[in-house]
Amino acid sequence: MLQFTLKRILLAVPVVFFISVIVFYIIQLPPGDYVSNYAAEMSVAGEVFTQEDMDAMRADLGLDRPVYEQYFIWVKDIVLYGDFGFSFNYNKPVLAVIEQYMGLTLTVSLVTMAFQYFVAIPIGIYCAVKQYSIGDYFFSGLSFLGMATPHFLMAVILMFLSYTWFGDPLLGLFSAEYVNAPWSMDKAIDLAKHMVIPVIVIGLSGTADLIRVMRGQMLDELNKPNVVTARAKGLSERKILFKYPTRAALNPIVSTFGWSLTSIFTGSTITAIVLNLPIQGPVMFNALLGQDMYLAGTWLLFMALLTVLGTLISDILLAWLDPKIRTEFRGT
Amino acid sequence: MTAEAAQPQQPLLRVRDLKIRIQMDNGVMNAVDGVDFEIRRGRTLGLVGESGCGKSLTSRALIGINPKECETSGTIAYTSSQEPEAKGEPLNLLALNPNGRKIRSIRGRKIAMIFQEPMTAFSPMYTIGNQIMEAILIHRTRNKKEAKRIALEMLGKVGISDQEKRFDQYPHEFSGGMRQRAMISMALSCNPELLIADEPTTALDVTIQAQVLELMKRLQREFGMAILLVTHDLGVIAEMCDEVAVMYLGKIVEQAPMKDIFRNPKHPYTKGLLRSMPRLGGSKAKRLESIEGSVPIPVNMPPMCGFYDRCKDRIEGVCNARSVPATRISDSHTVRCFLYSEQPGGQQR
Repeated sequence: MLQFTLKRILLAVPVVFFISVIVFYIIQLPPGDYVSNYAAEMSVAGEVFTQEDMDAMRADLGLDRPVYEQYFIWVKDIVLYGDFGFSFNYNKPVLAVIEQYMGLTLTVSLVTMAFQYFVAIPIGIYCAVKQYSIGDYFFSGLSFLGMATPHFLMAVILMFLSYTWFGDPLLGLFSAEYVNAPWSMDKAIDLAKHMVIPVIVIGLSGTADLIRVMRGQMLDELNKPNVVTARAKGLSERKILFKYPTRAALNPIVSTFGWSLTSIFTGSTITAIVLNLPIQGPVMFNALLGQDMYLAGTWLLFMALLTVLGTLISDILLAWLDPKIRTEFRGT
Repeated sequence: MTAEAAQPQQPLLRVRDLKIRIQMDNGVMNAVDGVDFEIRRGRTLGLVGESGCGKSLTSRALIGINPKECETSGTIAYTSSQEPEAKGEPLNLLALNPNGRKIRSIRGRKIAMIFQEPMTAFSPMYTIGNQIMEAILIHRTRNKKEAKRIALEMLGKVGISDQEKRFDQYPHEFSGGMRQRAMISMALSCNPELLIADEPTTALDVTIQAQVLELMKRLQREFGMAILLVTHDLGVIAEMCDEVAVMYLGKIVEQAPMKDIFRNPKHPYTKGLLRSMPRLGGSKAKRLESIEGSVPIPVNMPPMCGFYDRCKDRIEGVCNARSVPATRISDSHTVRCFLYSEQPGGQQR
C-alpha cells in the first residue's frame, strides 16, 4: 500500500511537469501580453504610453525574453525558491495573492462538498429503495431541475428570496462590520449565515448529479444475488440495506471524489462573481482577463495538481473500500 | 430423532396450492400455478424443470424471499421437530409477515438456502468469514469468538483447509468450487432442518460438481437435514434425490420416487427430458433428441395443458380444452396428463 502510494506520487511528478509546460503555453496563447493590456487601459484613462515606456516595462518584468526562457525562469524559481512569480495586477508575489484567498476558498469548497455528499447519498438511497414512489419522483424531478438550472440564475433567485424574506441578500461571505474584524464567535456565525446560499448554489448541480449516480448504483446493487443471500440468512431488511447494497454503491461515488473538489473550485467562479464572494474564482478570472500570466499560470498549475492529488486520494480511498482492488495493491 | 417417530405422518414441509402471480404490463403471469408437494425429514426432493418453469420462484417462496412483485397464495405448512417449535403443530409460513421477526428466525436457522451463483451470492466487500459468521451471530450466539469457532469448524467440515487464513479472505480469492463449499458451510452453520439448494452445481465444472454433490450427501447424513434440490440437470437428480417433482410452466406435471421417474416416466414432457439426456454407451449414430418448440409465456393462458403445443401425444379437443387434473397412478406416483386420467376430460380436481 505504502509502496503503491509512493509509486503514484513519483509518477505524478512528470505529469505535473508536463502540465506546467502546457499551462505556460496556454497563457501565452492570447494575443498581446500584460504590458499591452495595461497600456490599453492606461490610454483609456487618458495617459500617454509610448513604445519606449512599454519596452522598458517589458524589460523590467522580464517579458522581453523568449518564451522558453521565461518558462525556465518561472519553473526554476518554483523549484528552487518556491517562488511562483509576481502578480502584476496585485503588485504582490503570486503566493501572497493566493494565500489571501485560500482559507475562505477551501472553507467554501469543503463545506460545499460535504453538503453534496450528506444530502445526495441519503436521498439517492431513499429513491432507490422506494423506486417509483412519489418521493422518488419528487427528488428525481428536483435533481433534474438542479442539474439544468444555471448557477448564476439560482444565485440570483436565492438572493432575491433572501432579500424578500430576511431583508438582506446576504452578498459576500461577511456582513460589512465583520469584513476586517478579527475572528470571533459572532464572525463565524455571520460567515455560516452567508455561506448558506453559496453552498446551495455551488453544490446544487453536483448534488443533483450524485443523487442520480447513487440511485442508479443502489438499484443495481439491490438486485444482486448477495442481497437475496443475506435475506435467506434471516437478516433484517434494514441491516441488509446498509451492510450490502449501500456499501457497494459507495465505491463509484468515492472514485469521483477526486475531481469533484476541482470541479467545485472551478465551477464556483461565476457564482462567486454573482454573489461577490472573496474566493479564488473571480481573482483568477481577472488574472486571465488581464493577462496577469504568473498568477493565472500558478492557478492553472494548482488546479492540475489538485486533480492529480484528488485522483490519488480517490484511488487510495477506493483501495481502502474495495477488497478486490486492495489485493491488487498488495501485489504491486 | 424422537420427535419424528412420534409424528411420522407429518412431513417437514407440506406445500398446498402454491400460486405465484406477477403483474405484467400485458396481464397477469401465473408463474407458479397451484403446486403441491411435501418434503419429508431427512429426505431429498428434486424439483426439476427448464429455465423459467417457476422452480426457483417456488423454492424461494418457501422462505418468503421473492421480490415483492410476486403475489403468493396457498399454504406452506411447516412442522418443526426442533426446539422451540417442536410442538408438532404446523405453521403456515405464507401467513407470516415476510419481513417479520418470526420468518426471519426460520430463515437461515431452520430453513437455509444455497444459490446457483457462488460468484455473486457472496458480497465482494466482506470477508468470507464475516459473511459466514453473520448467520451464526443472528441465530446461535452473540459471542463473536464462539461464532468464529463455529464458522471455522464448518469450513473444515466442507473440506476447506487452512481455515484460519481462508476465514479472512475475500470471495474473489476463492475459486468457484471453494465458494460453493463456503456457501454450504454458511447455510449449514445453524444446523437447519431443510436445505434449499437452488441449482447448486450449475455454475461449477463437472469434477467440482461431483465433489460438491458428494459433500452435500455426506453432510445430509451427518446433520440429518432434508434437501430440496432445484435443478434442470437430471444427472444431479439421479445422484441425489429420493423423490422427484417435474415442473413445467408453473405446474408439477409428474411426481414420483426417483427410480420411477427414470424407469417408468409417464408424462410426455418427462419422457422428452429423459430422451434428451446424453447417456454413456449410447449409440453415436443416434442424434440426441430434443423437445421441439419453446416454453410459452404463462400470461393470459386459457385453461389447457401447458405442454400442448410441444407434445407428440396431444389429443385435440381434450388437452387444449380444459386444465389437466392430477392423476394418481400409484401411491407415490402422480401425473398431470389426460393420457392417464381414467375418463379423458373427466372431473377436475
